[in-house]
Amino acid sequence: MARKRVITIGAALAGSLGLLAATGCGAADMTKQASPYANAAGAKTVTLSVQSWVGARANTAVAQYLLEHELGYRVDTVQVDEVPAWDALSQGRVDAIMEDWGHPEQEQRYVKDKKTIAPGGDLGVTGHIGWFVPKYFADAHPDVLDWKNLNKYASQLRTGESGGKGQLLDGSPSYVTNDKALVKNLNLDYQVVFAGSEAAQITQIKQFAKKKQPFLTYWYEPQWLFNEVPMVEVKLPKYTDACAEKGTADPDTVDCAYPTSSLKKFFNAEFTEKGGKAARFLKNFTWSKKDQNEVSQMIAEEKLPAEEAAKRWVQRHPDVWKAWLP
Amino acid sequence: MSAATSPAKPATKATKVSTAKPAQAGRASAPAPGRATAAEAPAASGSRNVLSFLSTHPVVRKLLLLAIAAAVLVPLAHARWGSGSWPGALTVGLDEPLGKVSDWIIDNRDSHWVFLYFFGHISNAIVTSVHAVYVVLLALGWAGVTAAATLLAWRVAGVKVAATTLASLAVCGLLDMWVPTMRTLALMAVAVAASVVIGALLGLAAGLSDRMFRGLRPVLDTMQALPAFAYLLPIVLIFGIGVAPAVLATVVYAAPPMARLTALGLRGTDKGVLEAVTSLGATGRQRLLTARLPLARRELLLGVNQTIMMALSMAVIASVIGADGLGDRVYQALSTVDVGSALAAGIPIVLLAIVLDRTTAAAGERMGTETRGKGGQRWALVAVATAAVAVITRAMGALSWPDGWTVAIAAPVNDAKDWMVDHLYSGIPGIGGTADWAAHYTGWVLDPLRDGLLGLPWWGALVIVAALAWLIGTWRTALTAVLAMGAIGVLGRWESSMDTLSQVLAAVAVTLVLGFAIAVGAARSRRTERLLRPVLDVFQTMPQFVYLIPVVALFGVGRAPAAAAAIVYALPAVVRITSQGLRQVNPGAMESARSLGATSGQQLRHVQFPLARPELLLAVNQAVVLVLSVVIIGGLVGGGALGYEVVFGLAQGDLATGLMAGVAIACLGLMLDRVTQPTKARAGKGA
Repeated sequence: MARKRVITIGAALAGSLGLLAATGCGAADMTKQASPYANAAGAKTVTLSVQSWVGARANTAVAQYLLEHELGYRVDTVQVDEVPAWDALSQGRVDAIMEDWGHPEQEQRYVKDKKTIAPGGDLGVTGHIGWFVPKYFADAHPDVLDWKNLNKYASQLRTGESGGKGQLLDGSPSYVTNDKALVKNLNLDYQVVFAGSEAAQITQIKQFAKKKQPFLTYWYEPQWLFNEVPMVEVKLPKYTDACAEKGTADPDTVDCAYPTSSLKKFFNAEFTEKGGKAARFLKNFTWSKKDQNEVSQMIAEEKLPAEEAAKRWVQRHPDVWKAWLP
Repeated sequence: MSAATSPAKPATKATKVSTAKPAQAGRASAPAPGRATAAEAPAASGSRNVLSFLSTHPVVRKLLLLAIAAAVLVPLAHARWGSGSWPGALTVGLDEPLGKVSDWIIDNRDSHWVFLYFFGHISNAIVTSVHAVYVVLLALGWAGVTAAATLLAWRVAGVKVAATTLASLAVCGLLDMWVPTMRTLALMAVAVAASVVIGALLGLAAGLSDRMFRGLRPVLDTMQALPAFAYLLPIVLIFGIGVAPAVLATVVYAAPPMARLTALGLRGTDKGVLEAVTSLGATGRQRLLTARLPLARRELLLGVNQTIMMALSMAVIASVIGADGLGDRVYQALSTVDVGSALAAGIPIVLLAIVLDRTTAAAGERMGTETRGKGGQRWALVAVATAAVAVITRAMGALSWPDGWTVAIAAPVNDAKDWMVDHLYSGIPGIGGTADWAAHYTGWVLDPLRDGLLGLPWWGALVIVAALAWLIGTWRTALTAVLAMGAIGVLGRWESSMDTLSQVLAAVAVTLVLGFAIAVGAARSRRTERLLRPVLDVFQTMPQFVYLIPVVALFGVGRAPAAAAAIVYALPAVVRITSQGLRQVNPGAMESARSLGATSGQQLRHVQFPLARPELLLAVNQAVVLVLSVVIIGGLVGGGALGYEVVFGLAQGDLATGLMAGVAIACLGLMLDRVTQPTKARAGKGA
């Protein structure tokens, strides 16, 4: 009996202590929590989300550099996958996503229905997803550049992971991809192999390129890796709106190429209204694919810290960014 | 204990028989008679009294019973649902309800009282605590923190550990990782404190009540077996990204060892002492406070130690949901394939782990050996010295780590890695390159194993699991294992689970071969062991994310790099446990074997290995558990299967895919644990 009482008392005590410590009283708004590391000294802070690819890092690095050095903000960056980033944006954990490749479902939910996220305009860069082969392979076999001839090359593209078929290398699970459906619907003798992360995919591509081995990969533009491993796109059946609509209804039916989309920025709705100069600056932020690649290359290939890369670009191109300042 | 060990020896032989048996039966059209003869065969050949042998020999009896049960059930199951992979009729689709749950959370997150008055406060409390710790660390400045940590280590663990601490913190600063290190330290302090409190409370309940003990065990098992990636997603849904969910994810992972060890310590109190205390008229609470807790303090401290190590191992994984600090640096470096920077951030994690481990371990050993009187004075000295250093550095305006005092290691490390990859990837004369090994491993080991497992009829797999688990444990063990396997099928994750299982089995086999070989070497020579120790430390604590990319560069994308990373991670534990087991073999037995003229190989095979059997089995068990945990992370480098599904769920915010795959992994882990952990039932009873 005594033992039981000890447990009850202990539990009750712990419970009430925990509650007392945690609660205080009243509601705790989870959308109003700053990072515990944020500067307490009343600094104006902006939080930017960074996605895992280097292009997104380049945008953020330049935005961060200018916000800090030209506008006097403190900038925190958080690396998260795309869908959790949308989530964080709607909750106000981050203020902006600088490069979005199209998330219709999230857009419907947060921008149109809940109105917690506001569109931030175009980034100025056009994004395109496709299937690519290395240039050395395309030069030797020009007809590989049409999807109709791909089956001819399946045996050359076989790897340990593709189980007797040709390997179509896919990347991070967070990327937009219809490749499984495409392979099935176009009757291709290929196996989609998911690298699981962009880092793994890039490493593998470089490894192939070093040995001049043929490969077929899901890849996207703009991307700094093109400067190092020149790749050529394989033509897929032409993208049409009808095909896209069919695909939205049932992703398994997609049988055409990926769209070319202008990449967009999204902001937390409240940040757009109350973010002052920072919000206006981020809204004005537009640059070209060439600019982005310049920064990306410095980060990913020359292994410069993102801040250093941004600084160099900012010094070289004042004409571009001066126009963004509010 | 002694009653249980005697039948254990024949069990290994019988295990081998059983693996072959149901597999054959599965292919045969009439499985029942085939199984019965296979089970009887060893019995009939050896002895005249077949019947008495059957009744006395528990292994044979178990197999026979299982064979009878299978003979009745399998034809029924076969007729009803067919064979091959798990039947669709027996799966439950949870995609829709889980999708609804996730929608509900998103829609109500900003308004419902559960979030406003409960989760919100938890989240706030965590953020406030981390902030408080961080502010203190900042206020102390780098010199203050270094002084405090060094003095603390000296006070608790002696001069040697203090020197290690000093050197480690200096390295953190030199690598230009001071600020991230402090952020990680702040987060760890809060996460470890919360884990210790929660774990101790759970352990207290389990230590005092048998019912709680029994009820809690599967909960703790699940908490540890569920891959962190799987519960990151629900935590993100509820708490968003950032420090608060990171701390919570860490607590889920790090609290179980504390709970287990607390319960173990309390339950292990000497009965005589308890009776003595009771006879003195102590109440339950007095008994707890004056006898049971003080006597269990070693276990408690070991629990704290384990909790710290587990928490640190979550540092990188938690950064996937926005925890700042060292983990974030590793994670960000990875996305630019920058191994050098990842290593620069990984080293401080390793150093923190080593320092904290040595300090808490030494504290455990010293406990109770010191005189009380001097303690207060020395603590005061530590506090005063720390304060003095902090004030001086503050006065000098040198709170942050000096800019010039850094060493950039990223570039040389990247060069070294490139050189290694260039020379190892292909074209080593004679033995081929790593790329060839990977292809052979995939083609000759992984593929046949996967095809075999996938080709196995579902009920065949269940029978094998039941046989293995029963032979090695009790019927309860077998039931748990079979239910876990069944759950995988019901959740519709049969095929990807078999894929993952094949990866685990293949990697475990390699780990054990390498591990045993190294352990034999280490057990033979003290010198080897001493040289090995820091290497093992590093591999055990280095975040796997750091070596995932070099591993891809060496082995290409796919299941092979996942296996390589898993082997690297699991090897140290296997080597440690095995060499310790071999060392502890009774010297008398070794001496007599030597005097009989046994060669060292014979000694090893006939004396050391048999006598170290419990440790060897524990090593197998640990290898299985650790390999599974990395094979999952292998989803990031093309491992596919369950690991990929979990990562996919997290990346796409797809609760159904991520969570179901996570649960399947937990079930797989539970099953593997039961099949490889013979001592558990006994240990539970003995404790």
